Amino acid sequence: MKPFMAVIARDLHLAVRQGGATFLALVFFLLTVTLFPLGIGPEPAILARIAPGVLWVAALLAAMLSLDRLFQADFEDGSLEQLTLSGLPLGAIVLAKTIAHWLTTGLPLLLAAPILAVLLNMDSEGFAALLLTMLIGTPALSLIGAIGAALTLTVRRGGVLLSLLVLPLYIPVLIFGVSAIDAAVHGLNAKPHVLLLTALTLAAIPLCPWAAAAAVKLSLE
Amino acid sequence: MFEGRDIACERGERRIFSGLNFRISPGQALVLRGPNGSGKTSLLRIAATLLRIAAGRLTWNGVDVAEDPEKHRTRLHFIGHQDAVKGALTVRENIATWTRIRGSSGDRIGSAMMAFDISHLADTPAQYLSAGQHRRTALARLVASPAALWLLDEPTVSLDSDGTACLQQAIMDHRAAKGMVMAATHIELGLDDVDILQLTPQ
Repeated sequence: MKPFMAVIARDLHLAVRQGGATFLALVFFLLTVTLFPLGIGPEPAILARIAPGVLWVAALLAAMLSLDRLFQADFEDGSLEQLTLSGLPLGAIVLAKTIAHWLTTGLPLLLAAPILAVLLNMDSEGFAALLLTMLIGTPALSLIGAIGAALTLTVRRGGVLLSLLVLPLYIPVLIFGVSAIDAAVHGLNAKPHVLLLTALTLAAIPLCPWAAAAAVKLSLE
Repeated sequence: MFEGRDIACERGERRIFSGLNFRISPGQALVLRGPNGSGKTSLLRIAATLLRIAAGRLTWNGVDVAEDPEKHRTRLHFIGHQDAVKGALTVRENIATWTRIRGSSGDRIGSAMMAFDISHLADTPAQYLSAGQHRRTALARLVASPAALWLLDEPTVSLDSDGTACLQQAIMDHRAAKGMVMAATHIELGLDDVDILQLTPQ
């Protein structure tokens, strides 16, 4: 367990040291969401209607933008090779790095979402559902993204390819995240949507690190 | 005892070498020689389980390495072409991070920096280091967390003569403590009593 925690601590330490770059995803999230009232107009009813979707789509894109940092820097300077040789199973290393990724991107997005929801005039009924779905859904974004990040390691300028690989896989998270908030806003039962989202994340926890580890192993050969 | 039998390696469907045998006993050093492209790096990466083996097998005290590759990895240090040193962290933090991840105690970090004469740089962020100091930081990992087998791929790249002397001393101490070394190098490491494995391009 200790080496596992050491990998998480290392990534967090690096994220704090590198400061700016780490929180770019958060700034991107804030900026894209604030673009919508400017583009669509300040009509409160319209903004309230689109708020859940806008928040989720922006969170999804922000999480995706930060994925290239997940393995790329460590791959280029040989750290990924050394991590592989640390004696921890590669799947555990990928999981540790994904947890660190979520703590530095998913968690800030989650914390910023309610503030932006106010900005978009989202119905207060939906706030609990927004926080809950973000809490359950953003780890899935990091986990699924890890597969894409690992697959595009050896591709030069793999950013576009990465988004083409990852975005389709994000669709279920988007659908259940938004429909849970919509249900809550309209006074319907949000539970089925939340449970389906939970199922997605729970399935991703064992499957994604395993798949990403296989891709990392290939790229190191 | 670390042994390889009938090892073959393929890179992109091209056979690099085949039928290779080697044996390293505790305290022994094996130096790989051969022209560029003869497979020195590939053999070291195979020994580190980073590269899939096309044929043959590796054994540690008679037990096949493939049975438990994770366990084999804890027994070895691999110093490759890249230093795995983070510019944002100081020299001490870089070494300490790897020590923690390998699950060993941090009490040898000081002596590791001493061994490679980088103690005075302990609190300098690695991004301000010269290439040679960068490499010394990478090599300090060897001493900071003990491992029985050192796999060194051109370890003297960018080292000056003092740095090479530090490495020689570290290897001598490692061998005196029954450690094993497998190294690919073009320059003489000044080691006595080494076995040479000559690789020829196919």
